[in-house]
Amino acid sequence: MTIKDKMPLFHSNFGARLLMGLIIVSFISCKDNDDTPLAEVNPSFNFTHNWDGVPIQNSDYENTTYVNENGESLTLSKLVYLISDITFSDAQGNTFSAGDYNLIDAREGINLNFTPDVTLEEGTYNLSFTFGFDDEDNAGDYPDLNTADGGVWIVPMMLGGGYHYMKLEGKYTDTQTTPSSEVGFAYHAIRANDNSTDPITLQDTSFIVNLGEVVVSPGTEIEIQMNVAEWFKNPHTWNLYELYMMLMPNFQAQILMSENGANGVFTKG
Amino acid sequence: MLGNIKNIGLIGGLVVFLLACNGDEPSPYMATPANLDVPDLFANSILPPQIPNDNPLTVEGIALGKTLFYDPILSANNTQACASCHLPSQAFSDPNPFSVGIDGSLGTRNSMPLFNLAWHDRGPLNWDGSARNLEEQIFEPVTNPIEMANTWPNAVQSLQNSGIYPELFDAAFGTTQIDSVMVSKAIAQFVRTLISGNSKFDRHLLGLEELSQEEARGLNIFLDETRGDCFHCHGNPGNPLWTDNRFHNNGLDAFFEDRGLGAVTGDPRDDGLFRTPSLRNLSFTAPYMHDGRFSTLDEVIDHYSEGLVYSETISPLMKSVADGGVQLTAEEKSDLKAFLLSLSDESFLTNPDYQ
Repeated sequence: MTIKDKMPLFHSNFGARLLMGLIIVSFISCKDNDDTPLAEVNPSFNFTHNWDGVPIQNSDYENTTYVNENGESLTLSKLVYLISDITFSDAQGNTFSAGDYNLIDAREGINLNFTPDVTLEEGTYNLSFTFGFDDEDNAGDYPDLNTADGGVWIVPMMLGGGYHYMKLEGKYTDTQTTPSSEVGFAYHAIRANDNSTDPITLQDTSFIVNLGEVVVSPGTEIEIQMNVAEWFKNPHTWNLYELYMMLMPNFQAQILMSENGANGVFTKG
Repeated sequence: MLGNIKNIGLIGGLVVFLLACNGDEPSPYMATPANLDVPDLFANSILPPQIPNDNPLTVEGIALGKTLFYDPILSANNTQACASCHLPSQAFSDPNPFSVGIDGSLGTRNSMPLFNLAWHDRGPLNWDGSARNLEEQIFEPVTNPIEMANTWPNAVQSLQNSGIYPELFDAAFGTTQIDSVMVSKAIAQFVRTLISGNSKFDRHLLGLEELSQEEARGLNIFLDETRGDCFHCHGNPGNPLWTDNRFHNNGLDAFFEDRGLGAVTGDPRDDGLFRTPSLRNLSFTAPYMHDGRFSTLDEVIDHYSEGLVYSETISPLMKSVADGGVQLTAEEKSDLKAFLLSLSDESFLTNPDYQ
């Protein structure tokens, strides 16, 4: 008597069940082997603005008083800034960037939402962007930026040309006069320049903001927050009495702005 | 069965009717398309002009608009045209601080020059931003009691009764039935063709002409944040419009009889703000400021140098307000003036297309 003879029922039914089981297992295995393609994602961005965590709205401009790290009371009247080269980097070191840019007008609510022309597979990436334009981008000619902000986003050639990185304007209260007085400030970030030398000395003061890991999937919207108070405090406490105007040709002031900007101004929401 | 045949017949007839109607539907009227004569400097540096989709430029529309611009028929007593307050010899502004209406009434603001408005349409127009666009701006003077003092029904009737206008409107818009919207559109088309881009400084940028030493020094003062710093509002060589098209309080008054933009928006933050004018053609557009208070360019420069007056809404870009301004030397003022005058375009005044 063969095994088959001893186990006839098992043999005939067992074979069928074994085959069925193998088929089922193979289906499950196929699913676990990721044959389903990952969705392609087009992440979007939303830019928000706050003063040490308190949101800044249109109604706050020229109305709300803020106190900076150095103790000056100030109001804001304008906040326009340029970001570029939003970049996603995966674990393998591949980078994905459209190389485009976005000019945000915080007070007027222009370009607060931006979708760079980059498509990714869903997954986890490191996110970064450039504040302003690096030297390569700053050498370009962009009709829309030549027209933007009323056509005055351009930096004069005598200051190295290119484009502003940011215009942060307002008034602070000068308590050293009697009575106290309101004094305008123009915290304009551009490429650092010293035109007392021939040729002009230029230093690229744009900086990369690394926002860490993001998980992108269909419909992902990433919030980038600007804490405006940070422009005045970290690592350099900004003294508006000394540095309130004529900052574009001030080489050292541009370095200080850049260092403050690179330390805590931007975070991911 | 007869009922079914009847129904089929009705349906079939309806289908034929609809097809026939679609086939016979007249095409919308198309006048002859026209393009603006855009200077190379403009084309190579800034975004194209914005032409509204509902008022494209046409040869016939521009011609009609030009005729209307110079015709006093729009005014109540047939004495005042657009050109009465926007004189071609003054770059389409008025040499008087305030224009005079048909009954002798004095206006309240200096007539703004008209050029390069095809690019200015991105922002509201008029000193106070009261017109959202050019078509809207054109409606107001006709009915303003201190200007043309007419009604639109009267103005339209005058045009309708004329021997020439029905035919001109037919050529421009495909109808002899005139209305105020078409009048506004035609004039807007003409005004958009007014382009000034042939100043000495433009020719300098094109490599065709050298600046004088005074003009070159004046440009540096204009662009220097530690001296004139005029560029933050009035632009720079990279943008040929020479205005930011924004509204600012430039330190003229401590208190406002004329609230400017604030009267339009109702927002007190806008009180005392007025539209930045272009610096082109200053040789021809005196007097200056929204109320024509400065007769000469020297007075304007003096204002920014020593004459600033603080008010709550003064622009943060106004420097050294406590000292009155940027404190230019006499030589710096002279150089700055020389540069500013290099932005004037004589050919604009005599262009036959605009006369």
